[in-house]
Amino acid sequence: MKNPNPTDAHRKPGLQPDFWRSTGGRTSSGKHSLNLRRLWQITVLIMTFVSLTPLVVMTAIDYRVTQKSVESEFLLRTSRIVSNTKRVVEFSLLERLAALDFIVQDNRLQMLTDCARLEKILDHLGQSFGGFVDLGVIDSSGRQLCYVGPYDLSGVDYSDQEWFRSVTTQGTHISDVFSGFRRVPHLVIADRHELPGGGFYVLRTSLEAEFFNTLLSDLELGGRGDAFIINSQGTLQTSSRMHGDVLDTIDLAVPEYSDATRVYETRNRDGRSLLIGYAYIPETPFILMIVKQKAVLMEPWRDTRQKLIGFLAVSISAILVVIFAVTTYLVNKIHWADLRRVATLHQVEYTNKMISLGRLGAGVAHEINNPLAIINEKAGLLKDLFSFTDRYADDPKLMGIADSILSSVKRCAEVTRRLLNFARNTDGETAPVDLTATVAEVLGFMGKEAEHRSIEVKVDVGQDLPKLESNSGKLQQILLNLINNAFAAVDDGGRIEISVAPSTADSITIQVADNGCGMSEYELTRVFEPFYTTKRNKEGTGLGLSITYSLAQELGGSIDVKSKPGEGTRFRVTLPLSTERKEGSIDEGTAGG
Amino acid sequence: MRVLLVDDEEELVTALAERLSFRGIDADWSTSGSQALELAETHAYDVAVLDVKMPNISGIELKKRLEKTSPDMRYIFLTGHGSEEDFRAGSAESSQYLVKPLDIETLIEAMRQVMEQ
Repeated sequence: MKNPNPTDAHRKPGLQPDFWRSTGGRTSSGKHSLNLRRLWQITVLIMTFVSLTPLVVMTAIDYRVTQKSVESEFLLRTSRIVSNTKRVVEFSLLERLAALDFIVQDNRLQMLTDCARLEKILDHLGQSFGGFVDLGVIDSSGRQLCYVGPYDLSGVDYSDQEWFRSVTTQGTHISDVFSGFRRVPHLVIADRHELPGGGFYVLRTSLEAEFFNTLLSDLELGGRGDAFIINSQGTLQTSSRMHGDVLDTIDLAVPEYSDATRVYETRNRDGRSLLIGYAYIPETPFILMIVKQKAVLMEPWRDTRQKLIGFLAVSISAILVVIFAVTTYLVNKIHWADLRRVATLHQVEYTNKMISLGRLGAGVAHEINNPLAIINEKAGLLKDLFSFTDRYADDPKLMGIADSILSSVKRCAEVTRRLLNFARNTDGETAPVDLTATVAEVLGFMGKEAEHRSIEVKVDVGQDLPKLESNSGKLQQILLNLINNAFAAVDDGGRIEISVAPSTADSITIQVADNGCGMSEYELTRVFEPFYTTKRNKEGTGLGLSITYSLAQELGGSIDVKSKPGEGTRFRVTLPLSTERKEGSIDEGTAGG
Repeated sequence: MRVLLVDDEEELVTALAERLSFRGIDADWSTSGSQALELAETHAYDVAVLDVKMPNISGIELKKRLEKTSPDMRYIFLTGHGSEEDFRAGSAESSQYLVKPLDIETLIEAMRQVMEQ
């Protein structure tokens, strides 16, 4: 029945709650309702902040703590392996140096220059210790006096060799790995022995670089670990898995000197994070290094982290869903309670207005009725005078004038009678209602408009209707509102049908149908909402149908509507034949809400 | 049939009395309750047509007083205020109730009816 307004966006997004489109304070009576959208936003914000902040903070702390403990566990483990390996390498080298020392103590020079004996000693060393490649005796001028081993090095002059100069001054020497005359990576261990008559000689042995590899190959390293030995120039003394072959220069910085084992983090050229443990091996030029890839090491931790983040995401989603759902539900409840409150206030106001109007009408009607009665009697008397004295009885003009006065009086009397009836109906009493008269009375108010706009009004009130006990004032208002709406919906020359018929044994149905503009499905869902109006540009308050709905409920009945845009609308009010019991229960409900 | 018309509007009762006389009904009129009581003491009326709302003595009060002096008199009430309450307060079985402005034929019919009771 409401006119569709093209400027009004009536599309309703599926998930949009009812209160979303309500604007705070828009009521025609000036009673401000709440700004619920803002309330919803603030509530969601506060609840989200309060519930998510502790969760996120706790998770972040737990994340950091777990990560730190995993990292420190790896640091500790690396440090332990470096420390143990350092001791093994150091012991192996010193053990071989001690063996050389034992040989020079146990044999005189003459015995050692006997190459057959020297070969036997090398053989024994090989059996007892392993790793010895050859053995040589060098005099103080650097000339090899005797050599046993796989290479042809007899008589070689070592006087300009670095290791020879070092052993001459230091007494013992462990060299870097180098290729030397034999073109095979090896290292040299040499021991100087003083001769009783002055002068000295040197017992020298060489170990293949492979010797280190066997020491390091048994290590179990996680995280694609790589164990190798370098010298202070960064030259690899052993082959390494990731950082080059023996005698290559490593692609990492040489770690700074430290007495103790150390572990630190760095990045390689590709930007990968590396965990490096190292130890300087005392009395030697060697630095033991163990390099692990942190990303590989932390892989098990990454699983844990993923679970943690997954759990956090699921928790946050669940909390957000609950917050959104609960807040929307509650704010929607407030929205409806607020609408009901404002509508109730409005209805009270409306009822009071109707009572005042009724009193005013009654006062006016009463005041007019007396002079009207006088006019009536005087005109009647005039007519009597003419007709009873026979003098003017045949004058049709005079009789016509008198009749016209009397019929006008009758019309005025009809208006005042309606006004008085209206006043009487504004009280809340329940009484037998004559539906035919009530419909006629309401239409009486609209008769002139129907005539002017050529609207065809068809009334079909059944003859054998059961006796209806109701509040005729409220019934009249329901009819007035529905018929008013029908008049607003139809174009000039339209058609309105009003029908009353029994529906069940204890109820009747009143229908008001029009062939006007009709309503869309969305309008239909909101048509009984307070303050919903399509008459924005007219004088509509949006309360007419809302009040009609309440009135129907107060009478213990119900109201429904069917409509199609462009085809028309049909309102159907179903009322019980007796309202007393139901009316009480509705009042209670209204008071509670 | 002799009728007593009582209404505070003199214009109304005089015209009504005259119209009734055209129809062969003898009608006296008065514009107040006290005047009506005086008339009733000296004349005997078959029917009293009383306005409900009058200054000093209302139509209903007047009926109560007239019943004491003239027990056989029948009553018709007139009112410009058509409320049910008035009707219930003033209606005895033998009373009729008419809303102003009234149709003279309706009034005569009402008189006939109360007389028959």
